[in-house]
Amino acid sequence: MKKQLYILVALLVTASMVLAACGATPTAAPATAAPVTAAPATAVPTVPAEPITLSIICRCVMGGNGESTAKWMLQYVIPKFQEEMTAQGKDVTVELVQFGGSDEELKARYALDLAAGSGNDVMAFDGFWTPEFASGGLIKPLEAIVGPTYLDWEGWAHIPTAVQQLLTYQGKVYGIPVGTDARVIWYRKDVFKQAGLPDNWQPKSWEELLAAARTIKKALPNVVPLQLNAGTAMGEATTLQGWYMAFLGTGNNVYDFQTNKYPVTGQGFLDTLNLYKTIYVDEKLGDARMQLLPDGRLLSFQGFRDGTVAMLVEGDYFWRSVLAKGGDAELTNRDALVGWAKMPAMSPGKGVNNQDFVTASGGTGFILNPNTKYTAEAWALTSFIFSKDSLNFFSTLQAGIRSRDDVPVPNDPVLTTIAKEMLPLTVTRPPDPAYSLDVSPEIQLMTERVVSGEMTPQQAMEAFAKTITTDVGADKVEATK
Amino acid sequence: MEQRRPILSLKTGLVFLLPAFVFVLLFLIVPFVWIIIISFTNQSLTGVTALHPQFVGLGNYLDLFNFSTWMTRGNFGSSLFITMEFVIGSALIGQVLLGLALAVAFYRRKGTLREFVNTLVILAWIIPDVVVAFSWGAFLNRDYGTLNAILNAIGLGRPDWQLQYSLFAIIIFNTWRGTAFSMLLFSSALATIPPSYMETAEVLGATFWQKLRDILLPLLRGNIITDMILITLWTFNTFSPFLLTGGGPSYKTEVISIFTYRVAFKFFQFGEGGAIAVVTMAINFVLVMVYLFILRRQAVYS
Repeated sequence: MKKQLYILVALLVTASMVLAACGATPTAAPATAAPVTAAPATAVPTVPAEPITLSIICRCVMGGNGESTAKWMLQYVIPKFQEEMTAQGKDVTVELVQFGGSDEELKARYALDLAAGSGNDVMAFDGFWTPEFASGGLIKPLEAIVGPTYLDWEGWAHIPTAVQQLLTYQGKVYGIPVGTDARVIWYRKDVFKQAGLPDNWQPKSWEELLAAARTIKKALPNVVPLQLNAGTAMGEATTLQGWYMAFLGTGNNVYDFQTNKYPVTGQGFLDTLNLYKTIYVDEKLGDARMQLLPDGRLLSFQGFRDGTVAMLVEGDYFWRSVLAKGGDAELTNRDALVGWAKMPAMSPGKGVNNQDFVTASGGTGFILNPNTKYTAEAWALTSFIFSKDSLNFFSTLQAGIRSRDDVPVPNDPVLTTIAKEMLPLTVTRPPDPAYSLDVSPEIQLMTERVVSGEMTPQQAMEAFAKTITTDVGADKVEATK
Repeated sequence: MEQRRPILSLKTGLVFLLPAFVFVLLFLIVPFVWIIIISFTNQSLTGVTALHPQFVGLGNYLDLFNFSTWMTRGNFGSSLFITMEFVIGSALIGQVLLGLALAVAFYRRKGTLREFVNTLVILAWIIPDVVVAFSWGAFLNRDYGTLNAILNAIGLGRPDWQLQYSLFAIIIFNTWRGTAFSMLLFSSALATIPPSYMETAEVLGATFWQKLRDILLPLLRGNIITDMILITLWTFNTFSPFLLTGGGPSYKTEVISIFTYRVAFKFFQFGEGGAIAVVTMAINFVLVMVYLFILRRQAVYS
């Protein structure tokens, strides 16, 4: 008898030790999320009547990343919306949750919050997450949350359908986009001058791009000539700013919109991976370190600010948010020092749709949390963010291409020109959950394997093809053209 | 031999056990079973399989043990191997050996140096993880770090700890972090050794090594084994290297806990993450069994 009891206790102790040991892993999630959260999550009021508290979450921190968005919320949206609600006889308080972590960390927080049936009422949302979250039932169409009256909002008439697509999945609208963007090569005019390169520079092929990088390397050995994003640490920035920008130049797209398949093998892959190899491994025209370290993206931003990185392929976000006043890498005389050039195809006419130059676009916006307790007020807040006056106020804080056609493109010649020249050439990411779930992370891994020297382009491509074929199914993959 | 009567009857005993058992059932057994169940599905947090998970049988396990990709960085086998290197390096060689060395070095000594070293070692143990990781990040930084400033000053250049020697860096980090436990355990064990043993040996003219080999180590044997197993268990499951390297670069420091985290909470693949957790649990189970077995044998000895 005593022995049996002993065994029972021993088993329980063992099980609890094992579980306590394994428990270390799941608990790590909040532990990593906690330090980056600037403000505690909103306490949901227990009494649904009278005072209402709503919360907005975005990757926006006063004195840090996305400060202009934080200012927009704190100086305009929140006070004005509260006034408007008071005028309607409602007692609404809005809190801003300033999230200081990375996009990937925010996405993880959203997924966990939403799956647990909680989260903030209004959430800043990257458009390309929509298919993955919507197909998983974590977010709901506005129609399902608000009801058909969501269409009554005056703003829809001013947001072009193509822009609405950014937060649409299978014909259903999930939120309202703030605007769209485009990607180009940013370069330091002062470094170019020192290296004897023209002030008004525009490469017409990869070879011309590499030639400029070689010239810089020779003239200024301490300057990293060119960063083309690669590696898993940078997350989606690698796929959109790095892989897309190069791969589109081979005449292919990451997703074939005609056949609804993903190319996974072929010459386009080898050409793109060889470009990475030339830059990071063979000729060291770029610094692979910045692509591999956890804080590599910031290092490349700071390098560009300090003039130790000459060219960086990035979105207009880099211009309007990173290099701008208050950005992560504020550059005081940005307008004089920074130039931009269109990303060339491998050779003229060889780009996607036979283009000479290529670019890719994404966009962010705000969605309504399906778990919100105050649907009407939360929708009122979301649409208020996108009122004409509100977006105009945001434009005074940060120039950008806005979603509403009655909000003028701000007085920023660089952004105006990018909008005019690049948006007609642009491509967007596929409206398919497998893109963000499987394909994009594997693209990041494929580039990392090449730039770290772990695999040859051929091996990396084969590993990629194998994984994607398993993940999305053999009937959804094809070879490049 | 007279049978000793238990204080409580079995029935009363079970009643007393009940609250604890309910607690264990609810928070340990149920999640445990749940993890095993989802490890046979392709359940995820986002995407189609979040709403419509399918039974995939042993699929997740076969993926983990797919030997054609098993040792490629970022896969299960590679992660297990890294964990093994990490455990041997930082737990067995690092913490246990260094802890033993410190305890023996200050055995039967008093004074400021001992207090000073003890305080430093214990401080390294009790400072919160995030603070430690942040300062180590600053310490190891290639361009601005304290370590490289020192190395550079004495002409050793600026090694890239974060990129080139990342596994070595987390091994050193974890050794520094956890040595206190072993040191304290061995110190208190040494304190129980009757001073007469050492005094007699000294009278007989034994050297330091002879005393260590013939007196201290045999008497510490049980403590050393206990310490090794506990440290191995903890190190096997520790997550703090994540704060320093994030598992990178290129998964070079992705120990098993970080691997599980990445699959389950970065890619949201709960089914696959569950399978990893089950295998990890099995490994832990073996370690705990060895530990319990040795504890029991020691109890029999004494």
